[in-house]
Amino acid sequence: MWLSNSSIGRKVVMSVTGIALILFLTFHMAMNLVALFSGDAYNMICAFLGANWYALVACVGLAALFVIHIIYAFWLTMQNRAARGSERYAVNAKPKNVEWASQNMLVLGIIVIAGLALHFANFWYKMQFAEIIGVHDLGAFGPTDGAAYIQETFACPVFTVLYLIWLAALWFHLTHGFWSALQTLGWSNKIWFERWKTIGNIYSTLVILGFAAVVVVFFVKSLACGGAC
Amino acid sequence: MDKNISFTLKVWRQKGPKDKGHFDTFQMKDIPGDTSFLEMMDILNEQLVNEGKEPVVFDHDCREGICGMCSMYINGHPHGPATGATTCQIYIRRFNDGDTITVEPWRSAGFPVIRDLMVDRGAYDKIMQAGGYVSINTGGIPDANAIPIPKPVADEAMDAAACIGCGACVAACKNGSAMLFVSAKVSQLALLPQGKVEAARRAKAMLSKMDELGFGNCTNTRACEAECPKCVSISNIARLNREFIAAKLKD
Repeated sequence: MWLSNSSIGRKVVMSVTGIALILFLTFHMAMNLVALFSGDAYNMICAFLGANWYALVACVGLAALFVIHIIYAFWLTMQNRAARGSERYAVNAKPKNVEWASQNMLVLGIIVIAGLALHFANFWYKMQFAEIIGVHDLGAFGPTDGAAYIQETFACPVFTVLYLIWLAALWFHLTHGFWSALQTLGWSNKIWFERWKTIGNIYSTLVILGFAAVVVVFFVKSLACGGAC
Repeated sequence: MDKNISFTLKVWRQKGPKDKGHFDTFQMKDIPGDTSFLEMMDILNEQLVNEGKEPVVFDHDCREGICGMCSMYINGHPHGPATGATTCQIYIRRFNDGDTITVEPWRSAGFPVIRDLMVDRGAYDKIMQAGGYVSINTGGIPDANAIPIPKPVADEAMDAAACIGCGACVAACKNGSAMLFVSAKVSQLALLPQGKVEAARRAKAMLSKMDELGFGNCTNTRACEAECPKCVSISNIARLNREFIAAKLKD
């Protein structure tokens, strides 16, 4: 199978799963923005997704994308380290044009996974997971009261900072991942390379700003009412 | 006239492929600025021979930037600090009095060290043998205008063909990937009518040979194109990806 036994094939798997995950992030971000305008509307989305069959099917697909992307990342990194040889250079200089993110994608990815674990504990466990197992009191609020969980989590400065660090790592990961995915699929040349890079930078910045806006707005709101709400 | 400078030279010494290897330090005194890097190495070796010591082994041939033999990793850069130049095209005037200059061989599993700064780049020949050619009998020299080729296409093919196969891309790549080399060799033929015929077979054969020889996977860091002495672009890698994916989808 060329998707596992050729170097370009393995990269295609990284590229396709990566693009799919960027699309997922876009949808997730769009749903989060709703919480800025109306808590009730956000909770409607939570109820709509919950543990319904279509949400579960999508979740399994999404989990598969994550797992494949992560397994391939470690596999490729192991092969690449082996290809580098046992001896390391005594002097290393980063050539200009080489983005810092491009050389640290695995580290950034690991930070993203760590953030994901936190995110699961803060939200997913108390919401979708609670609905799946049918125990509705895992958290302080009902499983579809997403808006309340957002308020609770980002009233805490520690979580706010952790989430912002997580988003920053994700931004670096996306700025390289976006154009890199299209380059791997072969949809690039001297002109398109610059275009994809610009589009990728703008797109990832918008997505991350959308996520960060919710975190910051709810943190500021909690300050404004002295943590009482 | 350039000034003469004195500097400390740290050179990688390794007796053979299995030897552990270490750095030797030499003091270079009053080297004229217009000495090329390889001439400076010649001066060092002459000193060593006169002292009855083993000279430093390094690859070199044309000394004018076209053969691709010289291969030194100088101060963290393949072919040294200049862009678009090989080791033999670097001059001592680039460095400052009192500098420490570190010279290492290409380090990659695909290019084992033979001795000191000389590595075995036979893997590139094997990749070329796997498909880096046009396998038709062309007969006598045809008229140049018999097959018209648009100028931008001819230029693109020529830019890819500028690759001298020195291995700097592999040396620069954190993944030890030979994608820039393979993609340049695939592109220089795939762009032209004579090479298009076998493009799919060539891309598959050369890539699988590259994988087989233990080179890494490309992660698009662009270190290769930044360090390439011939400024070969990673747009060639996109072309190779395109050719390869299309060929595999067709299978």
